Amino acid sequence: MADYFHSVILIEEKCTGCTVCMQNCPTQAIRVVDGKAQITPEKCIDCGICIRVCPYGAKTAVTDTMRDLEAYDIKAAMPSMSFYSQFSQHYSKTKINNALKTLGFDEVIDQSYHAEVLAYHLGNLSEDPQQVKPMISTYCPAITRLIQIKNPELIKNIIPIETPMEVAARLYKEAMAERNPGASVGIFYISQCPAKITSIKKPIGLGRSSLDGALSTKNLYPLLMQILSHREDYSQELTAAYLGENWAILGGQSLTSEIEAAIKVDDIDEVAKILDMAELGKLSGLKFIETYACVGGCVGGPLNVENPFIARYRVESRTRSLSPIDIDEIENNFDFGKLLWDLEIEPIDILGLDKDLSVALEKMDRIDKLLGELPGIDCGACGCPSCRALAEDIVQKKARLSDCVFQKLQGGPKNATL
Amino acid sequence: MKFEYTITTQNFTTAGEASSNTKKTLKLLGIDSKIIRRAAIMAYEAEMNIAIHSRGGKIQLEIEAHRITIVAEDQGPGIADIDLAMKEGYSTASHEIREMGFGAGMGLPNMKRCADSFDISSTPGGKTRVVMTLNL
Ligand SMILES: Nc1ncnc2c1ncn2[C@@H]1O[C@H](COP(=O)(O)OP(=O)(O)OP(=O)(O)O)[C@@H](O)[C@H]1O
Ligand code: SF4
Ligand SMILES: [Mg+2]
Repeated sequence: MADYFHSVILIEEKCTGCTVCMQNCPTQAIRVVDGKAQITPEKCIDCGICIRVCPYGAKTAVTDTMRDLEAYDIKAAMPSMSFYSQFSQHYSKTKINNALKTLGFDEVIDQSYHAEVLAYHLGNLSEDPQQVKPMISTYCPAITRLIQIKNPELIKNIIPIETPMEVAARLYKEAMAERNPGASVGIFYISQCPAKITSIKKPIGLGRSSLDGALSTKNLYPLLMQILSHREDYSQELTAAYLGENWAILGGQSLTSEIEAAIKVDDIDEVAKILDMAELGKLSGLKFIETYACVGGCVGGPLNVENPFIARYRVESRTRSLSPIDIDEIENNFDFGKLLWDLEIEPIDILGLDKDLSVALEKMDRIDKLLGELPGIDCGACGCPSCRALAEDIVQKKARLSDCVFQKLQGGPKNATL
Repeated sequence: MKFEYTITTQNFTTAGEASSNTKKTLKLLGIDSKIIRRAAIMAYEAEMNIAIHSRGGKIQLEIEAHRITIVAEDQGPGIADIDLAMKEGYSTASHEIREMGFGAGMGLPNMKRCADSFDISSTPGGKTRVVMTLNL
């Protein structure tokens, strides 16, 4: 069985056991046990919805700290695609990059260039009859994990190319190894979400990430604003912007890859429905399903600070007048064969009731009987997101029938055999 | 182990539930994902046909150690020419239904393709009954 790493964690002291996160978790990965909202590792997809909804700030994402930069000779920051949209247009990309350097980074890597390069490849793949359609990209790791757990039959639809973040990091390291042989290079992602952090610490489809750590936009934002507002910037040099920045918003991947037969879906519950339809073979006329766990795309990431609609407006304003990267430049500089995953994406088995089907069927029968005893109102007081979930947990010996408050009031089950 | 789902005619908000419940149940039982996908397609196409073409009916899912059986039965109006209905691309779906993305005339052929055994019986003016099995 795989060992799990999750960047989403519970801060026990802050948790009041209120069940808000449990009720909102899209994969029913949370159970409130002894008053604390525990995460079931095999079901968690690091979407970060619990971070967003917790009224007490008890769910958070584990990140590295600025001190972790010290381990490297060359310290590079790689902002998320949605990073610049978090700041007012008043602050240019150059100013923001300079603020990052003031914080302690030597260089800032812009992955929007690589997103655009990959978009070109994505467009070509959409015309390739060998490629299973509709294609799904791995850009949102929460969705990749959702597919591993819930729709393993769609794994073959996942395109095997790396993410812009990984391509940008690997190429940067290769270039650095030539320029500064022997120097240690640390690349830190400035993340909009826990899913990306997890994909660095425990990548899917890659043996090892080319990034070395991750910080959260939310944590750096106040420090950067302090620097930005206290200083007139010296250099006004223009930092290049690329159409690839559109990958921060819903529709951006289809736009830059010029795939017309595409649907663009945000919000993890809606994505789950669309994936189910794709698995039924109902979307065979489409070439691409562009998916984001967060509303609006990565601009809506749980570790971002700005309103996602304002952030979207900024991305659109900044990129509207840009022209695409020259195709010859892409064709001459990139070998797409080298931008592929090095590992297969495997399904994640959420354990069924039992390995032995006849035992599983017996347990299923008990679940059915238990459901007859439970009120069916999904109140959550037992610490499970639904009466059905409690019944399943009971047969798996993770909970007891007496955890149901109605059972307690009633003084036990009607069916004495339970 | 048996489950039954009631399908109301022309109700497209609940249509799809038999299929998604089938999928959840089989997943919980630890059934292979390829088989789950086939069963989900069979249940989905069957419940859609009941919702679209009939006055309503039910889907029964039975799981035994060696086999899954899905039975779809409705209250009519039945199919006059079954051979014709089984042809790929044949559909009597209305323009409105086609607008919703159904009516490609692929439902019955897909059910037959996914199932290990497939049996359809219908009397014009009467019920339609489809019995499908998957070997485990
Ligand atoms: N339960 C039923 N009752 C009455 N007629 C039916 C029933 N199921 C199918 N039919 C008839 O058989 C035809 C073919 O069915 P089939 O499921 O193959 O295609 P469809 O439902 O028209 O389109 P699709 O399934 O691709 O959305 C239907 O158009 C309808 O005339
Ligand atoms: S949509 Fe973007 S921000 Fe949200 S989880 Fe996916 S990758 Fe992260
Ligand atoms: Mg049909």
